[in-house]
Formats: sequence, structure tokens, C-alpha cells
Amino acid sequence: MASTDKTMALPETPAELERIPLVSNQRSIGWISDQVCAIMEGKLPMWWWAAFIPSLMLLCLLGTMLVYQVTTGVGVWGNRHPVMWGWDIINFVWWIGIGHAGTLISAILFLLRQKWRTAVNRASEAMTIFAVMCAGIYPALHVGRVWYDWWLFPIPNSNGIWPQFRSPLMWDVFAVSTYFTVSVLFWYMGLIPDLAVMRDRCTTKVRQFFYGLFSLGWTGSNRHWRNYEKAYLILAGVSTPLVLSVHSIVSLDFAVSQLPGWHTTIFPPYFVAGAVFSGFGMVLTLLVPLRSMFKLEDVITMRHIDIMCKVTLATGSIVGYAYGMEFFIAWYSGNPSEQFHFLNRAFGPYQWGWIMMMSCNTLVPQLFWFKKFRQNLKYVFIISILVNIGMWFERFVIIVIGLHRDFLPSNWAYFKPTWVDICTFLGTFGLFFTLFLLFLRFLPMIAISEVKGVTPQADPHHPLGGAKPKNNGH
Amino acid sequence: MSAIFPKWTNRLPLMIICGLLLTGSAVIAGVWYYFTPEYTRAGYQPVQPVAFSHNIHAGQLGMDCRYCHTGVEKSWFSNIPASSTCMNCHNQVLKDDPKLALVRESAASGKPIPWVQIHRVPDFVYFNHSVHVNRGVSCVECHGRIDQMDEVYHAKSFSMSFCLECHRNPAAKLRPLEKITDLGWKQPSVEAQHAFGTQALEHWKVESLQNCSACHR
Repeated sequence: MASTDKTMALPETPAELERIPLVSNQRSIGWISDQVCAIMEGKLPMWWWAAFIPSLMLLCLLGTMLVYQVTTGVGVWGNRHPVMWGWDIINFVWWIGIGHAGTLISAILFLLRQKWRTAVNRASEAMTIFAVMCAGIYPALHVGRVWYDWWLFPIPNSNGIWPQFRSPLMWDVFAVSTYFTVSVLFWYMGLIPDLAVMRDRCTTKVRQFFYGLFSLGWTGSNRHWRNYEKAYLILAGVSTPLVLSVHSIVSLDFAVSQLPGWHTTIFPPYFVAGAVFSGFGMVLTLLVPLRSMFKLEDVITMRHIDIMCKVTLATGSIVGYAYGMEFFIAWYSGNPSEQFHFLNRAFGPYQWGWIMMMSCNTLVPQLFWFKKFRQNLKYVFIISILVNIGMWFERFVIIVIGLHRDFLPSNWAYFKPTWVDICTFLGTFGLFFTLFLLFLRFLPMIAISEVKGVTPQADPHHPLGGAKPKNNGH
Repeated sequence: MSAIFPKWTNRLPLMIICGLLLTGSAVIAGVWYYFTPEYTRAGYQPVQPVAFSHNIHAGQLGMDCRYCHTGVEKSWFSNIPASSTCMNCHNQVLKDDPKLALVRESAASGKPIPWVQIHRVPDFVYFNHSVHVNRGVSCVECHGRIDQMDEVYHAKSFSMSFCLECHRNPAAKLRPLEKITDLGWKQPSVEAQHAFGTQALEHWKVESLQNCSACHR
């Protein structure tokens, strides 16, 4: 009782236990608005044009390739017996996998109260949407007669038949279209308060009109915020199962078939981990250069990069485990077809593809165990690109090696892509980067209002609460 | 905050939603009605080179379909008769009628009359007449009451659902083989049809295939 005075005084937190704040350098709330809006309001930097013009040219290439494919036939691609799924499905799975980080960051990490997500969620959601658009091209086009694409959906028709509901390809249609719709809704919902910021700041009539239109009359009133937070929570809840379902179902496209190397129950979790792995790879590839180009180092801090590297490491290790487990099961099952497939995977004519996959996906990310690599942006950038190369080769290994030597040796063949395959794939990068660069220019790439909420000074319980500078005592 | 949009624009979302609902319903109704074989194929009635009346021949005179379409029980194809078949009667009946000039000319020269084909299935559909008529499927099921048509028109839709309607429930259509070309004939009651249909299905081993490659070979 006598020592009341002493116990009332909180002990100083040791410096090494202090959490690194999510917005560094004690940036003010106004600074965040200005810095993010400057990307849309200032003069376009030269690098933007240097990136945009080639992207637009690649987009034109994509258009040309698709017109050529539709008018000539699906045979312009390299899909040939026995490899009937070639680059089209490889690229579909690759892009849709990339599209997984966005919703994971925005939905699951939101429910798990991971506040660091606020700095990266907007850009990764945009990445998700554009990646799913790139992915969607392939199933739509690979049917050959695109004007019958509506047969993918259960629409009553004069043929008196329905799509095959027992086929995972059908589930895929539902999974991907639901995922795309919910992702767009979630992204747009989150944009509304920031669009209102832009509406109130912009000076030209055209910008006022469009930002005004899409901010839906947002005034920032208490009631608006209440509804917004509720809707955001609901959408996060709706999106969370989708993060897991979409790539699980994509994996069932393979796992439900009776092919050695495809017919495994490990596929759904392994594909989801791989998708998150490649998604975070792409987020890092995009954000590491952007944060310095737009002077956003105080918003997307080294702590953010560090956390994302750790997620990449964790998911990469899961993927590596799955690769190992596939080989183990091939041996343990005693199934000669399965054993042949995996020996052929590692030592067959596509050994180079398997080596690319193994080195980029299982070995390279292990460097992220070391803080030195997580904190060096050059390494992070290079590793993130290698991750995506590795994940492309994973799909190549699964699809091409899975198909090129089937049960009858007389069927065996060596798959080669055609120039149309390659140009179409390059073209999807054009679509992706054109959309992403336009997004950077016209929409806030950082969730302004959310980042403000996680600054140290926004938290009244934080030692820095009330925007007191740290050395001012508390 | 100054108003960017005038006040009346508050009503716009409602108007847009109503407009979209109306347009959407109109498009769906339009496609439903105009874009199916029910509209695009049924009712097709080209002008034939000779105004041959099935009503007179098959209806009033009671000629059997197979008198002219001789191949229907043996072949996948139901043939159009040669002009010589017409001349079997018309060398006696109406032998100087100017309406039959082309028939006489054709029979004399051997050059066929250029009839316009009305009923046809697409190239990607395999259809066999003989297997149907030999298993109790009457002409009328696909061609309608030809015996009442002065000039033949496309009576049914020939859509895939039209084929499947019967293939999914053949018992409702099968009839005794001697009634195949009796287009006006019906079982006295639904129960009788059902009883006969089920029996015929079993006795004749009617397969009524529904797999894709039954027709799309």
C-alpha cells in the first residue's frame, strides 16, 4: 500500500520489445493523403510512360493473337495429342494462382486483425482482379468456338441439356466467376472512402464527375462509416472461403482425373499454398519497386516487406513439402504407373522443367530464413521473380510431364509450344500491366483511410496516442 | 462540399435499375422466342417446282407414305421418288394437265425435278429413318400431319430438345408397326399408350440412346 506511487508508474518498454510502427517516421495523417494522392495528381513520371507504352503494345499483341486464334482455330496453339492441355491451362492456372494473394490479404488477414495488410491490400486486390482477368482469357478461348462460351453456364437452352455438373471443370466456372465478382465488389467497397477523398481534392470537372459518381455520395458521416465497416466485414467473411475454394477446385481439374501425377488427394492444399506463394511473389515484385518510385517507404515499410517474405517462405516450404510427399507416395504406393511418372518427372526429357521448378520454388525461398535477404530489396525483388518463374514451371511440370508419356508408349510425344502460345502469354502481361498502370494513375494504390487508422497516433492506447512525438514522454 | 451532381440525379439509380430490368427481360424474352429453332425452323415452307399436294395424295386418296418414299424402312435416308413413280398413275390420270408438265418432262428426259429439301438435320447429326420406323416411331412424330398439308412445311422445331423429348420417354410415342404411316391414328387413351409403349420398349429392345455419340458421331 505504501508503494502505490511506485507501482502506478508504468515501466519503460525496452527498445528491443517495441513493435516497429506500421507507418514510420511519425508521418502525419495529412502527409499520407498527400503522398498517396500525389501519384494521381502530380505529373506522370517518365518511367510510367516507359512501362505503359510497351504494355499497351503487348496488349495489342494479345488482341491480334486472340483474333488470329478465333478466326483460324484452336490448332494454332501447340496443344497436340497426347498433350491436349498445353500453355493455355498452364497460364490459366499460373495467373489464377497469382490472383490469390489479394483476397488472402484483404479477407483472411482482415479477419485475423493483421493490421499491416492496410498498406498493401489495395494494390494486391487490384493485382488479383487483373490476374483473374488474364486467367479468364484462357478457358474462354481454349474451347475453340468462343461464341459457344455461354454453354459453360447453366442456361436453359433449346438443346435440352445442362452442363456436366459432376465435372470439376464446371465447378471451376462457378468458382472463378464467383471469385472475380466478389473480389471486384470487395475492392470497390474499400475504394469508396478513398474515391471520396479524390473527389474532394480534384480540380478538373471530368475527375470530379467520375470520382463523384463512383464515391456514391460518400460524406464520411458516422452512419456511412458504420455501414461501411459492417459491409466490409461481411465481404471479408464471404471472400475467406473463396480464397481456399478457388484453387482447390482448380486442383480438382487435375486430381479428379485418373492420371498418375494428377490423381492425388494432396492437390487441393498444395495448390492453395502454391497460389498464395506465387501471389505474394507477385505482390513483392510489384510493390518493392513501387514503394521507392512513389516515395512510399514510410507506408510500405521494411516491416511489411519482412512479413511478406516470411509468408512467401512459409508457403514455399509447404509447396516443397508437397513436392517431396508426391515422390514419397509414388514410392510408398507401389503403383508402377505412379512411380514411372515421378521418375520421368525427375529424369525424363523434361528434366530441365523439373529442375527449374525445384530450384525456384523450394531452394530459393529458403534464403528468406535469413534477415539479411529479407531486408535487402534487391534480393527480395529477384527472389520474388524467381518464385513466379518457379510457379510457372510447376504448372508446366504437372501438365506437360503429366500428359506427354501416358500409358501407351506409342502415344508418347515431346510437347513444344507454338509462336502463338508464346505471343499470347506475353500479351497477357500487356493486359495485366496496362490495367495495373492505369490503376496506379487513377485510383489510390494505398488504402488511405485504412492506413491512417493504423498510424501510431490514431490509437489512443498507444504510447504515441494523440500524435505525441515519442521523446515527449507519456 | 459543393454539389457535383444536381438533385434529380438521386433518382437515377432507381431509373437505371428499372431500365436494366426492363431491357434485360426484353432481351431474354426476345432471345427465348426468336433465337430458337422453334422460330427459326418451324414453319419453313419453300415454293416447290411442282405444286404437289400431300393432302390430296396421302390424305384424300389414302396412299401410303411408303408408296413413294420407298427407302424409309431400309435406309437412313427417306428418298424423294423418281418422276417415273408419279407417272405410274399420271400416265393415265390428268395426263395432259399443264401443272404436271414438269413431271412429264422429267420422266421423259430422266432429269430429276429440283425439289427443295425442307426437313434436314445438320451435318453433325446422324439420323437414321429405318431404325425409327422399324421400332414404332411414326412419321407424324417428326413431320407432323403431312396428310393434311397442301404444300409441305416444317411442322416441328427439330431442336435437340425436340429429339430428346422422345429419347427420354419413348414409351409415350411408340405405336404398332402397322400404324406407322397412319398419321391420324392415336391410342384410345393415355393409359393404353403407356401400356403399349412400355411393352413395345421391352419387346423391341428399343435403346433410345441419350449419349452424345448416338447422334453426334
